[in-house]
Amino acid sequence: MKELLIDLYNKNSELINNGSPLFVKELREKALEVFKQNGLPNTKTENWRQSDIQSRLEHEFAFNFVNQSKSLDVVDIFTCDVYDLDTFSVTMLNGWFVYQNAPITQLPDGTIIGSLSKAMEVYPEIIEKYLGKAADINKTGVTALNTAFMQDGLFVHVPDNVEVEKPIQIINIVDLKENTFLQPRHLIVVGKNSKLTVVHCDHSLVHNISFSNTVAEIFLEENSKYEHYKVQNMGKNSSLLTNLFIKQKEGSSLVTNALTLNGAFTKNYVDVGINGKNCNSELYGLYLVDSAQHVDNQVFVDHAEAESTSNQLYKGILDDESRAVFSGKVMVRKDSQKTQAYQNNKNILLTDDAKVFTQPHLEIYADDVKCSHGATVGQLDPNAMFYLHSRGLCEKTARQLLMYAFASEVVNAISIPALKESIDNMVQKRLRGELSICDQCLLHCNDRESPVFDIDLNKI
Amino acid sequence: MAEAEENNKTLNELADKEYKYGFYTDIELDTAPKGLSEDIIRFISAKKNEPDFMLEFRLKAYRHWLTLKEPEWAHVNYQKIDYQDVIYYAAPKKQPKYESIDEVDPELLETFAKLGIPLDEQKVLAGVAVDAVIDSVSVKTTFQSTLAEKGIIFCSFSEAVQNHPELIKEYMGSVVPYTDNYFAALNSAVFTDGSFCYIPKGVRCPLELSTYFRINAANTGQFERTLIVAEEGSYVSYMEGCTAPIRDENQLHAAIVEIISHKDAEVKYSTVQNWWPGNKDGKGGVYNFVTKRGICKGENSKISWTQVETGSAVTWKYPSVVLMGDNSSGEFYSVAVTNNYQQADTGTKMIHLGKNTKSTIISKGISAGFSNNSYRGLVKTTKNAINARNFSQCDSLLLGDKCGAHTFPYIEVGNKSSIVEHEATTSKISEDQLFYCLQRGIDMGSAIGLIVNGYAKDVLSKLPMEFAVEAQKLLSISLEGSVG
Repeated sequence: MKELLIDLYNKNSELINNGSPLFVKELREKALEVFKQNGLPNTKTENWRQSDIQSRLEHEFAFNFVNQSKSLDVVDIFTCDVYDLDTFSVTMLNGWFVYQNAPITQLPDGTIIGSLSKAMEVYPEIIEKYLGKAADINKTGVTALNTAFMQDGLFVHVPDNVEVEKPIQIINIVDLKENTFLQPRHLIVVGKNSKLTVVHCDHSLVHNISFSNTVAEIFLEENSKYEHYKVQNMGKNSSLLTNLFIKQKEGSSLVTNALTLNGAFTKNYVDVGINGKNCNSELYGLYLVDSAQHVDNQVFVDHAEAESTSNQLYKGILDDESRAVFSGKVMVRKDSQKTQAYQNNKNILLTDDAKVFTQPHLEIYADDVKCSHGATVGQLDPNAMFYLHSRGLCEKTARQLLMYAFASEVVNAISIPALKESIDNMVQKRLRGELSICDQCLLHCNDRESPVFDIDLNKI
Repeated sequence: MAEAEENNKTLNELADKEYKYGFYTDIELDTAPKGLSEDIIRFISAKKNEPDFMLEFRLKAYRHWLTLKEPEWAHVNYQKIDYQDVIYYAAPKKQPKYESIDEVDPELLETFAKLGIPLDEQKVLAGVAVDAVIDSVSVKTTFQSTLAEKGIIFCSFSEAVQNHPELIKEYMGSVVPYTDNYFAALNSAVFTDGSFCYIPKGVRCPLELSTYFRINAANTGQFERTLIVAEEGSYVSYMEGCTAPIRDENQLHAAIVEIISHKDAEVKYSTVQNWWPGNKDGKGGVYNFVTKRGICKGENSKISWTQVETGSAVTWKYPSVVLMGDNSSGEFYSVAVTNNYQQADTGTKMIHLGKNTKSTIISKGISAGFSNNSYRGLVKTTKNAINARNFSQCDSLLLGDKCGAHTFPYIEVGNKSSIVEHEATTSKISEDQLFYCLQRGIDMGSAIGLIVNGYAKDVLSKLPMEFAVEAQKLLSISLEGSVG
């Protein structure tokens, strides 16, 4: 696969670099060199031992080096009508930005939202300042690969002192007849004292095999606030790698939340670099997987500066023969005194065939710190089950209720009420086994229908 | 400011403290030439007058070792070892079987006296049977007859090879095969001696068995091999402690410990490790690359590891338990202290295979100076390990802002009825506790010693009496005044 990808780049380098500024071309070629050396991670690579991407790549894939989605009317594909969720929505079709009205929109407050490939032409100075500065190509082979092939994705630039009211929703759709290999690249910059929320939905319309390797770079300037929600509800043939690289400056605050409800193979990597004092990072994750699904959450929080706080909470419920991996790492560098870092991973196994691998790691080089981590793997609490039975609840409802309560700790951390409600609803449905892959994403599941539980939750 | 200066002063004083057990006994050695080859292995085997199966085992291990690469995954940095620059065999020349203690080389006895090993008659009352190993060959074994009455075999490994080859053949390599890892393969090829312990069915060993290992000659790698077999319903508590004299070149220590615990048997293995850690600039010191593993073979069997690690420049050690029998249990209690430029990567593996198996891990890491201290552990429950239960707690204490404390747990759960819990905290000494001690008139050094001993108490209390005292002293020596 490695040789094939390198060959592919060499054959298509003109198409890939068409219209890009020189520095982007140089970055791509540098990344290709790194990729040539490092290749793709395999099961002997630390943090990839349990997540074998090589076997997911043993297919013929089609690559799209030209944007064919430009002119499409996104309404023809589908419309987003999330109840009460008022967002500025952008659509990515097969890895390319759908222009809708314009490739780049500038809001009255100065916020720029648009296609990354177009932004390379229009705002080369901004792109040059940030592109590739957070996503270290030496870190993982997939990041180098994405950097070599990056062409399009979302570009957002929020100027200083602007609070963007509406969340930006990225809808990433795969709709191709062939097996598809996608490498979207997003770049988000939040200026000083500014605020932004992004909701990122992954979504497949077809059941073909797809492999998506996304890299997003997010820069948080001083005292900015940023929230990133990732909702994954992909088909059973899709493999999804998402690499989120975040650089935080002094006083900035970050919330990420990865909600994995379906997807054959999902790996979410979150890399947070804390490069200023008084930063706050809250990282959440929820995974509800069954059948042969595989979900891997890898987190790296690098406390390079003192007096910051980070908190990780990842929870999951596993059914059937599913697999879940959590590998969290907190690094507290020398002199990063007064750091507080917490890490927690909790899992519930429902069957004997499901498997959990959890590795909460701490690496600490400063002494005046408070760091702790915890990991548990277990079952539903028999005492709680007994209590619910004694209150007249049947086995099934009691189980669902407890699982729902387990999951809601993460769901309740969502700060957008409409999104929280719709995710809450999805979780309930998912636990009842109703949220199938046809019933996808946020888009169709918020119809204000009859309550999901047999009992009225409000009365508890 | 004044306080900081005071702290620094105490710290410097401590760093300047000479290694207490640094002395060197000159005994004529019968050494093999430097280097490693099949010839050297044949030399060792011939020298020890071993049966053919041993030589075959060694050669197989050596050939396998040649195919392996030195592992690099541990969180340690050290100058790579030149395996051709090591002497693989050194034995004290005078080697008769002693009838009485007077016949033992007086220089050797002095060494023991300095170490405080209870070898003479008075020490009999201490209730400790000692199989003292100096540079790879057992010189003196006491309590043989007391133990023999009960049918317990406690002797050096080479004696066991001569007298009980069937037991060695059955159990050697059954827990740690020579294919296990790089250092295990090396040890299997060149090990010179060690201890062997066999407790027959239903016997409760009346004594705490103990061995003192000591590296004595320059440039001699110490390759020990310990094998403990506890038959059905038996019990044994085994202690191992080590100190090493000051040397400028790094010394390699690659030991193997294997424990087999049959049905209803219990083995308690305690270690106090105080090899020379190198000087305060990080020069010299012992490389301690040890493979220790026990297997709970039968139902209701139990293996318990307790270790106090204060020495060695580099430690790479994971005493593990394979819980094969139903209802078996494994325990791991550890205190690891690193100071100056010491590096420790230590922890455990608990592999749950049987039903209702239980394991407990309590690890306390203390780092000071420029040292790095890592806990690395694996808890694994397989699909058949129904109702397996694990609790792990790994705390780290940091003294000073130049050291590092790391925690790398790996948890793999493969069935729905297991409960696995892991928790860890990292912090420095509580200023409130320190302030309280100071205002009660306790000086800084003693206060830190007191708090650290309290912090490690969960583990120290698991040690046999004699060891607990020694361990507490060691902790205080290693740490007092290291600044909170």
